[in-house]
Amino acid sequence: MKYLDEFQDPELAQRLLDDIRATTTRPWAMMEVCGGQTHSIIRHGLDQLLPDDIELIHGPGCPVCVTPLEVIDKALEIAARPEVIFCSFGDMLRVPGSEKDLFRVKSAGGDVRVVYSPLDALKLARENPDRQVVFFGIGFETTAPPNAMTVYQARKLGLENFSLLVSHVRVPPAIEAIMTSPVCRVQAFLAAGHVCTVMGTGEYPELAERFGVPIVVTGFEPLDILEGIRRTVHQLEEGRHEVENAYARVVSEEGNPVAIRMLEDVFEVVDRSWRGIGMIPQSGWRLSERYREYDAEERFRVGDIHTQESSVCRSGEVLQGLIKPHECSAFGTLCTPRNPLGATMVSSEGACAAYYLYRRMQVPTTGEAREVSSVG
Amino acid sequence: MDFGGVTKEVCLEYVPDLQVGEYTIVHVGFALQRLDEQSALETLEIFRQMGELDAEFGDHWGRAAEQAGMPRPDLDGLREQEGGAR
Amino acid sequence: MAEPLVISQVPGRVEDATAPSFEGWTCPLPLRDSPTIVMGHGGGGAMSGELVEHVFLPSFADPALAQLADSAVLDVAGSRLAFSTDSFVVRPLFFPGGSIGDLAVNGTVNDLAMSGARALFLSAAFILEEGTDVTRVGAVAQRMGEAAARAGVRIVTGDTKVVESGHGDGVYVNTAGIGIVPAGVDVRPDRAEPGDVVIVSGDIGVHGVAVMSVREGLEFGTEVVSDCQPLGDLVAAMLGVEPDVHVLRDPTRGGVATSLNEIAHASGVGISLDERSLPVPEVVANACAFLGLDPLQVANEGKLLAFVPRARAEEVLATMRAHPAGAGATVIGECVGSHPGMVSARTGFGASRVVDLPIGEQLPRIC
Repeated sequence: MKYLDEFQDPELAQRLLDDIRATTTRPWAMMEVCGGQTHSIIRHGLDQLLPDDIELIHGPGCPVCVTPLEVIDKALEIAARPEVIFCSFGDMLRVPGSEKDLFRVKSAGGDVRVVYSPLDALKLARENPDRQVVFFGIGFETTAPPNAMTVYQARKLGLENFSLLVSHVRVPPAIEAIMTSPVCRVQAFLAAGHVCTVMGTGEYPELAERFGVPIVVTGFEPLDILEGIRRTVHQLEEGRHEVENAYARVVSEEGNPVAIRMLEDVFEVVDRSWRGIGMIPQSGWRLSERYREYDAEERFRVGDIHTQESSVCRSGEVLQGLIKPHECSAFGTLCTPRNPLGATMVSSEGACAAYYLYRRMQVPTTGEAREVSSVG
Repeated sequence: MDFGGVTKEVCLEYVPDLQVGEYTIVHVGFALQRLDEQSALETLEIFRQMGELDAEFGDHWGRAAEQAGMPRPDLDGLREQEGGAR
Repeated sequence: MAEPLVISQVPGRVEDATAPSFEGWTCPLPLRDSPTIVMGHGGGGAMSGELVEHVFLPSFADPALAQLADSAVLDVAGSRLAFSTDSFVVRPLFFPGGSIGDLAVNGTVNDLAMSGARALFLSAAFILEEGTDVTRVGAVAQRMGEAAARAGVRIVTGDTKVVESGHGDGVYVNTAGIGIVPAGVDVRPDRAEPGDVVIVSGDIGVHGVAVMSVREGLEFGTEVVSDCQPLGDLVAAMLGVEPDVHVLRDPTRGGVATSLNEIAHASGVGISLDERSLPVPEVVANACAFLGLDPLQVANEGKLLAFVPRARAEEVLATMRAHPAGAGATVIGECVGSHPGMVSARTGFGASRVVDLPIGEQLPRIC
């Protein structure tokens, strides 16, 4: 596809790698925020191609992974109700709740449907006036505008049988939480490219300044990621800590003003708990007062939920970049994509899933590993 | 919208002035932002030139070694010796 | 940065030859947690495999069955007969490039071909839903007749049942078939050896994308049409030039990834692919990216994988390319001694990744 394939060119990748190699003089640890970036890195083996001095710490940018357990359990309760058609992105189906998951609810007869877009859920609501259609609205700032537009349309159409189970999260507070953690090793950030497509780059200079960290807006294709890393390394080596945009073809400083206005109308900022990490102030969105009637939690008045996480699962540490997935003793044994203990092993953007899917083999001998360092 | 041979309807409310022939980022059925083709091409050109500049002005260590008829130095190895293990 | 990744072995499947009591199992598998059948059991991936191994195999206790090949090869009165059966539940009944009728004939013809046999006779059994348009049933039958003629096979016996409305999708078809395996041919899933070359007969991911494009809820525009076709002729040509082909497999549900993993497991070898050599048409790659799928896990029809001794690979490849059903044949990888039972792929950037089975149901009712 145009403007995707060109950014996967191995030859150009080699040039970027050469520059990174030539510039790096000492160890640096940087965090890629977005789970999609983590997957791209692991799938293409980019971390294996970088000089040993560069460490990529995988960030918490996986919305499926950080959706609070309590919200999952509420979703399961709502989805089991006979009058409900529960719509969700495919990823959420296997995320473990305290006792089960949406897939299990579906097998037991719950009307759970995988949709590609929240608009599909809206369509179902219009086609099934006698059922309550609930859409599971999780995601970062990238998914919030689609959900906002959907609720806006629901109101315009006067639909009474549509509601949204909301669990949106924001990136900048997460960066703040990571940097204020006493065990933080992160020296720079590769910011989430598609989030910035919507929100622009305005929220980051203050963070770069406050914590003295370079923040480089980075895309998802191999060349985009390598370029993000390259610019980050240059900043670190030169002692700078600025906001740079390495994904200029779709990111501008102002973002998408139409989308931002819609977000300000439909949502309001709240404190939110991130699964595995804990409460991060002002890090979430919920429906604003004007749209509160479309909030599924309000509509269905789900009772007291007693959550129970697996005692073995170390997702939280993975999400904060404190351990790598394979350092968890359950990795690949008790915990696999088919029997996940935590969300990071299930989600297409989860670090544990990425390592399991792509790195499960024994690493080749040193001889072969050397071969892997050069491209093409 | 055409995803390289796959066509699907997409909501354009967030990029209302999008024209036929233009490229856009699409997420869950919504166009979110126009793709700036000029910027894309410039970025690729910068990547391409990276290698060329290197070839022209060289990698000083390497060229020096070549001229002296010696193998190129293992820079990673040198740095490890100097800086010690991480 | 790339510190060695110590991978714990995923626990293997338990071969339990006694009655299917769940208590005896030692591996933490979903079947134990899933007391009812779920759609994933029909997906052709890991869950389907487990249903067969833990529920059916123990009850039937047959060595031929336990081979888990596409068809069984049996010694009967001095000849070797290949015998296979397949049920077809695809939805919708008619899709770009094919129909349930085409699949029903070619599916079994091809399963027999994967044992090296030329299909001779088929049975056809129908389960029809009350209320189905008779002309639709007629259209399916007509396509079956045409496909049979094209494949050179005779439909000689059959059966018809009707179930109440709401208990089917209009038409379900089962076909069973027999054919004769030529002398000197011994094609089995456990015969792959390190050094064998892995060849695919043409583009992958095509059938799955074609069906998905017309599946309700997904619907997208595309010009991809299913690649459903009979392969008996192609196989005969290949065996004619090299009788000692080790393994043949048609990668239907679960895609190339599933077939390769099954063969790697059965033969106790590792398989190493070169991602850049995979023949994925651009539009299929784009559709997969759009749907979030791996082309290696998408169903194919009318395509085969062949494991050929290295020394003979070039000649077999040339023969395949000279045949219309193998025009796009290409080498995609090789068998290796390392990582037995696992399939790896080298990416365009020189790194390696694992190629896995899909977990359960990528998309239901694909064939």
